[in-house]
Amino acid sequence: MGALERLPPLASLLLVAGAAGLLVGSLRSEVFAQLTVQGLALGGVYASLALALVLVYRATRVVNFAQGELAMATTYVAYQLIKWGLSYWEAFFATLAIAFVLGTVLELALVRPVQHRSVIAAVIVTVGLFILIDGVVNWIWGGDFKYMATPFGTKTYNLGGVSIARLYPGMLGVVLVSVVLVWALFRFTKLGLGMRAAALRPAESALVGVRVDRMLAIGWGLAAVLGAVAGLMAEPSQFFLDPTLMQPILVYAFAAAVLGGLESPAGAVVGGLAIGVSLNLVVQYVHSITSELQTPFAFAVLLVVLVLKPSGLFGHREVRRV
Amino acid sequence: MTRLLELEDVEARYGPVHALHGISLAVDEGSVVAVLGPNGAGKTTTLRAISGTVRRSGRIQFAGRPLTRIGPDGVARLGIAHVPEGRGTFSELTVWENLRLGAYTRRGSVQPELERVFTYFPWLSERRRQQAGTLSGGEQQMLALARAFVHRPRLLLLDEPSLGLAPVLVAELFRIVRDLNETEGLTVLVVEQNAHLALQAADVGYVLEAGRVALSGTTADLKADDSVRRSYLGY
Repeated sequence: MGALERLPPLASLLLVAGAAGLLVGSLRSEVFAQLTVQGLALGGVYASLALALVLVYRATRVVNFAQGELAMATTYVAYQLIKWGLSYWEAFFATLAIAFVLGTVLELALVRPVQHRSVIAAVIVTVGLFILIDGVVNWIWGGDFKYMATPFGTKTYNLGGVSIARLYPGMLGVVLVSVVLVWALFRFTKLGLGMRAAALRPAESALVGVRVDRMLAIGWGLAAVLGAVAGLMAEPSQFFLDPTLMQPILVYAFAAAVLGGLESPAGAVVGGLAIGVSLNLVVQYVHSITSELQTPFAFAVLLVVLVLKPSGLFGHREVRRV
Repeated sequence: MTRLLELEDVEARYGPVHALHGISLAVDEGSVVAVLGPNGAGKTTTLRAISGTVRRSGRIQFAGRPLTRIGPDGVARLGIAHVPEGRGTFSELTVWENLRLGAYTRRGSVQPELERVFTYFPWLSERRRQQAGTLSGGEQQMLALARAFVHRPRLLLLDEPSLGLAPVLVAELFRIVRDLNETEGLTVLVVEQNAHLALQAADVGYVLEAGRVALSGTTADLKADDSVRRSYLGY
């Protein structure tokens, strides 16, 4: 996760231009400002799930199609814990712990056996996991809407004449804190160094005594935690919980991860925020793209990036010495 | 001197290909042992059999413990540092991170270990924030060696340290290895194509041919041996 220090010129240029555009727009129009804040908050959710995808991909070279469903399932866990009497934030942290265990167990039990077989075997396992989780959640909780307590209250802030629901800065704050904590874990701790080394060069890592298998399982656990954060923050933005909660978000997260370069954690985060904001603004200001076309629009972004710049805005071309 | 490492009838294979046909060798604590032989004789595989990066059978004892059922990370934890051929530096990570990984199995502060290593490789200290991939080949080889020292191994496995290095650097590298052996009692098992160097640096040598030990003895004896002289020393 050292990519933060070395932004590629194209990415930094786009970043500065984008931020300036958003600022100017927000100063001129209240609706634009509201859409921007809301877009950033939703983008944070996409960023969190995109980062989970990137962590898993870097650790095990597996694209986890079940990442969104796993996030949805852990959100149901939080719902259940609150129903049993925990406060929202107690349930929040308990859910993150459960997500971590769930992620590591899934890696050990389902992914490990097929990881070295073939790419297609791993894809089939994660797609199967998608269907399995979806089925289990529907079986336990049913497909009807559930309502959870709102974590941030219903108040609004007034920022220079622009009223903004507390929910959105709250969502963004939670996501950013989680992302920064994960980044710091990778960047500054021995465990994080071991995980980076294991993902980069498993054979050499084992030679210095890193328990590579354990690192990869922990990587999946951390990804599940980030996914859980995404799910828990997606729920209040949708105002209810149902089993399809994360399905469109998975598409946006894939678009974000690909936009940033599938190997770049920083790219995934910036990509997520960019997708969130641009989807929100495009639906408002481009009249031919209605909210029904949001998901196809994200797919179009994905496709364009894959064709024009497969390594993403933050990715490096694969340089690997053998 | 006590036996630190003992291999008895060790076999190893890559898929269907037999690379070792029953190797036996011993390394005494505090000694430098060289493994010589032509390409494909099984030198690298011998080291890989010890560190567990190839499937092996037979008996491998390290400090009285059998190694054959332990994976590479477990072997590293027992105090064996393996510097593989082609260095095995983490080129995407910084110099400091590479060294920190060397001390991965150690608990507590690694600062004293780093300071100790910087006395042997002073230039590493100034470049600790640099990405390892931007170092030259020779510097990366030195970094790989430094990383192994931070580990404070009981046994150092060195695979072809001279490969691709300028002669000056090779001499420097062997001088440091010899120095560590003499001042800190580091035990070394080194695989080397360059027989002159290896026989000069080592106390004991093994000559491998086609996955078997063809000849062994003190380096003084080997240097005097006619077949070794003709095949490996070239005079």
